[in-house]
Amino acid sequence: MTLTTTAVLVPLLPFLGAVAGLLLGRRAPGFVRPLAVLPTLAAAVLTVVVAVGQGTGPATDVATELTPTGSIPIDLSLHLDGFAVLIAVLVGTVATCVQLYSTGYLRHDPRYASYAALVSLFTSAMLLVVYTGDLMVLLVGWEVMGICSYFLVGHYWETEAARAASLKAFLVTKLGDVPFLFGIFALATDAGTFRITGILGSVADGGLHHPTLVALLLLAGVAGKSAQFPLHTWLPDAMAGPTPVSALIHAATMVAAGVYVVARLLPVFAASAAALVVLAVMAAITMVGSGLAALAQDDIKRVLAYSTVGQLGYMLGALAVGDRGAAVFHLISHGAFKALLFLGAGVIIHAAGTNSLAAMSRMSGLARRIPDAYWTMTVALLALAAIPPFAGFFSKEAVLGAAEHAATGAAHGIPGAAGWTVLVSGLLTALLTAAYAMRLWLRVFRGKGAEAPDHGRQPVVMNAVLWVLFLPTAALGLAAPLLPRWFDGRSLAPTLTTSVLGTGVALVGGLVTYAAWRHTSALAARTPIGAVVADPDAGPEAAEETAIATHAPVYGDNAGAADPADPGRLLLGPLQPHAAVGFHLDALYTALFVRPVRAAATLVRFLDGAVVDTYVRAAGAAPRLLGAAVRRAQTGNVQTYLGALLAGSLLLAVAAVLVATGTGA
Amino acid sequence: MHLAYPAVLAVLLFCTGLYGVLARRNAILVLMSVELMLNAVNLNLVAFDVWLRDTLHAGQALTLFTIAIAAAEIGIGLAIVLLVYRNRGSSDIDRLRDLAETTDAADGEPQPDTTAEAAA
Amino acid sequence: MTLAATGHGFLSPSGVEIAFVLVGIATLGAALLTVTTRQLVHAALWLVVALGGIAVEYLLLTAEFIAWVQVLIYVGSVVVLLLFGLMLTKAPIGRSPDADSGNRWAALTVALAAAAALVWVVVDAFRATWIDLDRAVQGSTEVIGRSLFQYWVLPFEALSVLLLAALVGAIVLSRRTGEGRAAAAALDNGAAPAPAPREEQR
Repeated sequence: MTLTTTAVLVPLLPFLGAVAGLLLGRRAPGFVRPLAVLPTLAAAVLTVVVAVGQGTGPATDVATELTPTGSIPIDLSLHLDGFAVLIAVLVGTVATCVQLYSTGYLRHDPRYASYAALVSLFTSAMLLVVYTGDLMVLLVGWEVMGICSYFLVGHYWETEAARAASLKAFLVTKLGDVPFLFGIFALATDAGTFRITGILGSVADGGLHHPTLVALLLLAGVAGKSAQFPLHTWLPDAMAGPTPVSALIHAATMVAAGVYVVARLLPVFAASAAALVVLAVMAAITMVGSGLAALAQDDIKRVLAYSTVGQLGYMLGALAVGDRGAAVFHLISHGAFKALLFLGAGVIIHAAGTNSLAAMSRMSGLARRIPDAYWTMTVALLALAAIPPFAGFFSKEAVLGAAEHAATGAAHGIPGAAGWTVLVSGLLTALLTAAYAMRLWLRVFRGKGAEAPDHGRQPVVMNAVLWVLFLPTAALGLAAPLLPRWFDGRSLAPTLTTSVLGTGVALVGGLVTYAAWRHTSALAARTPIGAVVADPDAGPEAAEETAIATHAPVYGDNAGAADPADPGRLLLGPLQPHAAVGFHLDALYTALFVRPVRAAATLVRFLDGAVVDTYVRAAGAAPRLLGAAVRRAQTGNVQTYLGALLAGSLLLAVAAVLVATGTGA
Repeated sequence: MHLAYPAVLAVLLFCTGLYGVLARRNAILVLMSVELMLNAVNLNLVAFDVWLRDTLHAGQALTLFTIAIAAAEIGIGLAIVLLVYRNRGSSDIDRLRDLAETTDAADGEPQPDTTAEAAA
Repeated sequence: MTLAATGHGFLSPSGVEIAFVLVGIATLGAALLTVTTRQLVHAALWLVVALGGIAVEYLLLTAEFIAWVQVLIYVGSVVVLLLFGLMLTKAPIGRSPDADSGNRWAALTVALAAAAALVWVVVDAFRATWIDLDRAVQGSTEVIGRSLFQYWVLPFEALSVLLLAALVGAIVLSRRTGEGRAAAAALDNGAAPAPAPREEQR
């Protein structure tokens, strides 16, 4: 098989698996699991083959035009370079892990067949986005991912939160996709092609007429997909979906698609200094805000979701300072450890029977019940907090190094303001990240109180997947010296200044949180809060669904809980209630958009009912009245009819005579 | 002789017949009025034939035909009147109102319409 | 011909004209009585007067053959038929108060309007038209017979078929169908209209 054939097979296999799964899901339940796992596994293996085949050589470009489509041709094309093949390996690996994990996690779920098929379809779309060299085809994969995300977030559609979250995710990402589409059109009109290579060539020749406009339009779509301020609000809510979906879609891959697109089109953004500054500011606000919000969340998955938003902010920050190597490096390492964190969170939720940190902190011995999750999550949290020598440290240092590089003016064409913004906010976020990672770890695994309920051993396949993902989480940092040859060639090794600074603030954050926890954990026993509602013997997916559905009734809110034993409460002080609700952004959107739209809908409904329908009713009533009047003439008396007939013909005759003689006219 | 005399006489006879057709109640009287109208037409035909001195004598031939057809008409008409009288016991034209819009139909018909609209 | 009429005025009528107008007034009066009288049998008798008057008018117009056919068929058979009809439908003898239907005034309006319009048009069109009655006779039996059997044979024969159809139709309509009522009664009723068309043939 040539490299091209192999690369074509990569998105095709999961797609065929999804189609077969959807078709056979009900009739042949025995085939659902193999159909879910095997194509994805094969695709993952093939991504590795492609990566090895592509190697560090020059980019491979293959294109075929299916049919002429008008002014600007749309090609089915492949563009394979170091970024694409490595991200594809990440996607394939995480997708395989998630599919395997799901066989254990959703083993009793009646809708497992459609779930698995949608995950396969999603994987296929993501691989298409990664490999394609044409923006239109990329958009197809991009939108397929959006709709899969919608369906998968709403998997537990029996619960109100999941329904609302799936709609919100869909609408908010679509809000970004519309400008994204216009941006693609503007870009293609300027460049005369949808091919990314062609566009980049046109940018290099200075053929781009409105770089700022195009970049900002594209940025809107990226902000929607990658959950950046101000379109990030859907991601925390999307945690109402099953945990494996959160791991795959809302942590490792789909949200990274926006980062990937910016990385591919970085020269377009680099052509406009204003766009870079906007990108940097957006990333900075996202990073710091999400860090604060994560510190206040009570739902373990929402903590991780805000953490994802923040890490995506790091990646876009790296892109804002023009270093896509660092961005993609962080994307890959983050994909690995965040997937691990989410999958581990799934195990924890099952074991604890709740997704509330407040309830877990009143539970002792959780770590003993799930030792695999305990160890792997500990390492993953260390990676998240960027503690050496784990993967997160190296990738985050690469980002901070690039920011420092730009801040000192050493990077060509990058505004120093962008560099400083990213550097300062990055360091601040490192502090916050370490703080909420520490808080998460302490509250989950160091709880005091009643013994955690015993659910028996977790399914082997779920634990095995945790250990598979543990490997890159722990050791990906070793790849740092090798990666530049795959990327742009810029060094990704940590620099001394940022390393010391970053690790220092992370340690400070962790220690401060620890101190706060020591202070507040004594309060836990005095304030009984939290309840475990889930059935101890239920399957993981049932436990999670119950946990999601009962969080709001128990704690009064989907996001936070009024727990005085929370160290985050002490750390954030008066900021805590605002951070818990995501700084009231949802309320702002409600006031700005939802209420006016609802009011307009009410108005339209009133107009339709009171005005339009009046005409409709009159259109019906007038002929009926006319009919009643005419019916009175139907007396049945032939002489009356004849008289009327003759009178009429007489009038006509007189009129005709008058007209003919010209006297009447 | 002026043509106006027979023409005006024909017109007046015709209108007299017209009045009879519209105003009489008994079906046989209506038939009589129809005969008057036909005769008015015949008078016109003869007068114009004489005035025009048609070589084919179309007017007078047509008058003969009209007379024959009128006879046939009166035969059939009377037979129908007899039949109606036998079936209904009356030959009053204004009581033969089977084609009238009956009141119950007028009340009953719009009912489903209003309900359908109210539902819509 | 129209130019020849210029010499004749309405104020100096000829004898034929005077006779025509007088007979015409009588005819019109009889016709008016026919449509207004409250006695049904009288209506039929006034109809006889009116139809006879028209026959006289035919004679004055030199259409003698038509005049005799008029007397034969109308006065002789149609009116008899109508009288039969009146009796078979048990029409009341004497004054019947409901001889006219309710829409008499509407009928009067329509009839008067029609009369006004038609008289106006006819007078307007023909006030100067003169019929020359002194030339060769137009409607003698010989002339009409020659014309009828020379030029009008085909319609004449078609008309005989029509009369036959009317005969059959009248019998079928007036026969008592279904129940085995007396066939004689059926014959009796059917016979009434039946002779009429046969009679009219000649």
